[in-house]
Amino acid sequence: MAAEAPPPSTGQHKLPTPEEFTEVQESAEFGELRRSYRSFAFPLTIAFIAWYLLYVLLSNYAGGFMGAKLFGNINVAFVFGVLQFVTTFLIAWWYSRHAAAKLDPKAEAIKTRMEGGA
Amino acid sequence: MSPAITHVTLAANEASEHRGLIITLFALFVLATLGITVWAGRQTKDAADFYAGGRQFSAFQNGLAVSGDYMSAASFLGIAGAIALFGYDGFLYSIGFLVAWLVALLLVAEPLRNSGRYTMGDVLAYRMRQRPVRTAAGTSTIVVSIFYLLAQMAGAGVLVSLLLGITSDAGKILIVALVGVLMIVYVSIGGMKGTTWVQMVKAVLLIGGTILITFLVLLKFNFNISDLLGQAAENSGKGAAFLEPGLQYGANGTTKLDFISLGIALVLGTAGLPHILIRFYTVPNAKAARKSVNWAIGIIGGFYLMTIALGFGAAALISQDEIIASNPSGNTAAPLLALHLGGVDSAWGAILLATISAVAFATILAVVAGLTLASSSSFAHDIYANVIRKGKATEKEEMRAARWATVLIGIVSIALGALARDLNVAGLVALAFAVAASANLPTILYSLFWKRFTTQGALWSIYGGLIVAVGLVLFSPVVSGDPKAMFPDVDFAWFPLKNPGIISIPFGFLMGWLGTVLSKEEPDAKKFAELEVRSLTGTGAH
Repeated sequence: MAAEAPPPSTGQHKLPTPEEFTEVQESAEFGELRRSYRSFAFPLTIAFIAWYLLYVLLSNYAGGFMGAKLFGNINVAFVFGVLQFVTTFLIAWWYSRHAAAKLDPKAEAIKTRMEGGA
Repeated sequence: MSPAITHVTLAANEASEHRGLIITLFALFVLATLGITVWAGRQTKDAADFYAGGRQFSAFQNGLAVSGDYMSAASFLGIAGAIALFGYDGFLYSIGFLVAWLVALLLVAEPLRNSGRYTMGDVLAYRMRQRPVRTAAGTSTIVVSIFYLLAQMAGAGVLVSLLLGITSDAGKILIVALVGVLMIVYVSIGGMKGTTWVQMVKAVLLIGGTILITFLVLLKFNFNISDLLGQAAENSGKGAAFLEPGLQYGANGTTKLDFISLGIALVLGTAGLPHILIRFYTVPNAKAARKSVNWAIGIIGGFYLMTIALGFGAAALISQDEIIASNPSGNTAAPLLALHLGGVDSAWGAILLATISAVAFATILAVVAGLTLASSSSFAHDIYANVIRKGKATEKEEMRAARWATVLIGIVSIALGALARDLNVAGLVALAFAVAASANLPTILYSLFWKRFTTQGALWSIYGGLIVAVGLVLFSPVVSGDPKAMFPDVDFAWFPLKNPGIISIPFGFLMGWLGTVLSKEEPDAKKFAELEVRSLTGTGAH
């Protein structure tokens, strides 16, 4: 387990020691940052991939449904495709809002303390 | 057959008449970008300048450059052509290429910026044994980039032969060589700074050109999209089926499976493309990396929405015979559309054709520069500095190695590009995406998020994904046993799908898991703590 070899110097800043990193990683504050990130990003990733795969599968195996005309020459397939654009824009906006409100302040606090303290 | 031939000559004459204009516009772009390159080269002093453009680009600038790096000939020419010929099925590319950015945004861009310095290998090797993992990361970076490069080179050849009326082999090879020499100059002199500015200029030109054509198409239909689709369906001769899924991939169970395989590769490939990943190092911090992905999603999304107008516009206004005669895969539909919008025999038509062609050249040049930079960076930083010199190379030596690697990769690409000049462009790009998703993405995600992941897991997933993805393509109809294959006269295609993603991507993930649980070594818990804290907080990032 013990890493006796010093890590290759990756920074010209004064970097916290490995012990400090381990300490922070096990802290409640970091745990909350990790949870706040993962509980948002992971389910959302699964959701948008599922939503995209649904579109791919419907295109493949539900031709009649996708070909149904809604208005003029605009059919379900076209609307479905454009909806993929809309959801992509919305998810990007939503994640960025979450990150700015919930992740950045916590990350900033830990970073400042670790870089300034040691 | 004969109407097709007439159309070819028509298009060729049209093009050669205005060859002067096309060459002038192209030369202007080349001169302007060379100027930028020399200016950027003077400001490139240390390795952070060369690899990461000094990390001083703003989020918007980088978003623009990311877009310029991403919207390749396959996007601009390929998607417009695929929609023009296959209608709705061509649209899948646009959607997959865009949705893929969410993987980069949510899981990869920020942690990568926080914990790496110059290359994808920095993150993959962070808590592993450096030499084997960096060798693997460098190998897959170079393989993915070379496939992508070949596609762009072949695209350049196709474009030039059609637009400048150069049809001789010598002429095509000359163009491939010219593209190769330019990319060597851009990258070896300008480094990341020069490449970034070239990509920004190209993105502005491409978006500007696309907005212009989209506007002209919509104007013809009084901004009524339903009418545009209606006429596209009618003019294509396929009726309502043109607007429904299935024209290209709906034939049988195998082609449907191919569609799913392609769809998965597109959505998972982007976040594993080395030339895209290194762009996140050019901004000051992770927040700026996030913002640049948001800009890129906006710009790229807007662009792909306009490909609807481009593709269906071409289908509505040009006969299928003419599109196919000009290029069997539809790769020249967008320039042809420009010609038709301006008027086939008018000066305005000629100017539009020349403009769009020059934009397409700019597109190719900017993308090949990004690819060359990614592979030479990885060679110099991962393989030369950390494997061959075991981390003892000075910055100067590393940069010198990067410049030599650029020249070497340029020469290899010219040679392979000359051989590949008649190959199927789309197949090569889809392969690059599939390899990136199979070899790189699993390792990136495991490295960042899975505590137990070990060196053996990283090696198995990179090499396993790489070998299976490339191997399956080798035995697919892309390479042999199909009239459109690279070697149409032989048949060793026992794998029926053109895209390997549906097998190779799960395989890459599986090997990463298997390699880890079967490995005897313990994961380095301290290094993981360091990586995790750094990747989420940006501590120590520079």
